Amino acid sequence: MTTTKPPSRGAFIWGGLLLAALAFGLGLAAYLGSEVKPQANAQSDGPGGPFTLVASDGKPFTLANVGGKPYAIYFGFTRCPDVCPTSLAKMARLRARMGKDGEKFAMLFVSVDPGHDKPKDIGQYVTLFGTPIIGLTGSEAQLAAIEKSYGVYVAKVPQPGGDYTIDHTAAIYLMDARGGFQNMIGHDESDDAALAKLKQLVG
Amino acid sequence: MIMRLAATLMLATLTGAASPAFAHAGHHTAARQTIAITNAWARETAPAQVNGGGFLTFTNKGKVADRLVSASSPVAPTVQLHTMSMDGGVMRMRELPDGIPVPAQSVVELKPGGMHIMFIGLKAPLKPGQSVALTLRFEKAGLVKVAMPVHAIADIGQNMGGGHDHH
Ligand SMILES: [Cu+2]
Repeated sequence: MTTTKPPSRGAFIWGGLLLAALAFGLGLAAYLGSEVKPQANAQSDGPGGPFTLVASDGKPFTLANVGGKPYAIYFGFTRCPDVCPTSLAKMARLRARMGKDGEKFAMLFVSVDPGHDKPKDIGQYVTLFGTPIIGLTGSEAQLAAIEKSYGVYVAKVPQPGGDYTIDHTAAIYLMDARGGFQNMIGHDESDDAALAKLKQLVG
Repeated sequence: MIMRLAATLMLATLTGAASPAFAHAGHHTAARQTIAITNAWARETAPAQVNGGGFLTFTNKGKVADRLVSASSPVAPTVQLHTMSMDGGVMRMRELPDGIPVPAQSVVELKPGGMHIMFIGLKAPLKPGQSVALTLRFEKAGLVKVAMPVHAIADIGQNMGGGHDHH
């Protein structure tokens, strides 16, 4: 018990401080690293890619129609009373905060409810948000294709009375100009965190 | 609890909500119920959008638990009580068939990202500036009428914060 001299109290304190400093340094490095590096680089095997959908005027709309800009794309349906308008309103708000940079990306809203939402209806819906949003839908096959390539979950849930609602992925996908996945904004992500991702998208 | 209640009432004042509607139990009820309703609003809808959502806050100051059983409105033939959940990034909206419990001495918020009043089959689009008449039926407090001002669709979400990652 008394054969080895216990380290002095001072050594404990200095050791503790050193460890704390080291941990802080590592934490800071990890934090900075995550802030600086894109969370996912555009990859050909990632979600995304070309698509063919239908615009609000009924005409075909493809990746080429986005106009060579990066884009934010959100999948939903107009009868969704909460998460869809909240997400689109958030995008409109963030774009306004970006000023001129807000024009450097396109915003796409894809209705995954062709049973209820006609192209013209979607066009009217997106105008309510006060910022240019491209309202799209497609045939069942076109939508199935983009849901698959973008990794979007969509499921019709029958309701009593014969109608249905739709369970769907509520994230906003951020894509580069070639349709490659860049990042994602989660439904409950703060405005500041989402804004940082958008700045990175257009940066 | 008192702080939370005060905060909610204060928020209602700050956001310019109309003076709270109070629900009083019928005279035959043993325990007199009082439920205050604040922060009532409905979301604007697009012309072809036949479903819409409404939100409000209940404050049960009484000592007896109550329950919102159903709601009705002249704007739509069907009005349901819904909840929304996020599950692995997927939004799921479901009806609450048993209504919404309002425990004694509690504040229950229906707000974006959680529960809402769902208007199904809107007869006309909900436009900002308009007010939606809503009748709520509570198990104990009985019928309560409330007016829900319609807010612009893009106006909202400010105070929902999404503050999960403040550093
Ligand atoms: Cu609903």
